[in-house]
Amino acid sequence: MPRETALVTADWVEEHLDDPTVVLVEVDEDTTAYDKGHLRGAVKLDWTTDLQDQVRRDFVAKDRFAELLSERGIDNDHTVVLYGGNNNWFAAYAYWYFTLYGHADVRLLDGGRKKWELDSRELTDELPQRAATSYRAEEQDLSLRAFRDEVVAAIGTQNLVDVRSPDEYAGRLLAPAHLPQEQAQRAGHIPTALNVPWSKAANDDGTFRSDDELRTLYADAGIDWSKDTIAYCRIGERSSHTWFVLRELLGQDHVKNYDGSWTEYGSLVGVPVALGDERGEA
Amino acid sequence: MVQGCGAPVGGLPLDGVKVEIEAVVQGRVVRADESPVDGAYVRLLDRTGEFTAEVRTSPEGHFRFFAGDGSWTLRTLAPGAATVDTVVDAATGSVVEALITV
Repeated sequence: MPRETALVTADWVEEHLDDPTVVLVEVDEDTTAYDKGHLRGAVKLDWTTDLQDQVRRDFVAKDRFAELLSERGIDNDHTVVLYGGNNNWFAAYAYWYFTLYGHADVRLLDGGRKKWELDSRELTDELPQRAATSYRAEEQDLSLRAFRDEVVAAIGTQNLVDVRSPDEYAGRLLAPAHLPQEQAQRAGHIPTALNVPWSKAANDDGTFRSDDELRTLYADAGIDWSKDTIAYCRIGERSSHTWFVLRELLGQDHVKNYDGSWTEYGSLVGVPVALGDERGEA
Repeated sequence: MVQGCGAPVGGLPLDGVKVEIEAVVQGRVVRADESPVDGAYVRLLDRTGEFTAEVRTSPEGHFRFFAGDGSWTLRTLAPGAATVDTVVDAATGSVVEALITV
């Protein structure tokens, strides 16, 4: 079952804290969270500096990704367990990113930092010492990543899943409500996109709902399982969470994450935009 | 205009926040003895009860959201405490201060 190979529990992580084949990696929206306390032995990846090209809007190239993982002491045969705050948004983003670059065994800690903290489990500020490796990354698997032209072509033909909150989908908010609302792009959603907020896939403590609950959630929202699916949000991190649910937990083969998401789409000249709670016409 | 909601709580400074264009909802999470709760999770739910955002409180127990006009629910989860729901009304150009006891 996909769930067993993609997700680990907090108990599993506690049992493997000293397992040399397992590397814990923290990736947070709040990039200072790790410095205040993290799981013992965990290394940090900063999504703003480590995972983004610092000039253009794109990911770091394959060679830079390999260099980064080598520096952090992560090897190709390691089991990488990702976790983070904010219900694993950025950990799920890193999971997708590791998968894009072909890492064989990558998993997500169910519930992430929040569940770990609410359970009052151990955190440390001690930094791990790991020997450098010679990591080799694969070419990006573009069957997992959607770009703007295919998103426009998918209107009315594929499943588009907008995973932002209902108010962002309708155009009443421009960003998640823990961020200022001043944004350059237009408000609204891609016409014909379903609105299934990522949060519906998670329990309050950040763990994922059961496979049955998840299947029902997307079926009730109107997803057509026979079609390909593209998930998007504002910058591609919450939609990684949904990509993880659809592909890694529910085993759907043709699911892409559109990392350009609303900050790109809502700034494009001439593309259709739908406002309000309805899906809109193709 | 600062809209009070409960006792004055020594609100989070608003330096750098464009209050005139934001509907700010902020406040503090404290225990019954009024000590601040570091690391509580405050979730902002919209008028239909749907999740909209979540933040972790600071060491002083502070949190802040940039909401929209209307009614919102703050759902607070803290280690060793029952979940607390608090309803607030937000409006663009104003700051709601909420004091949440867990």
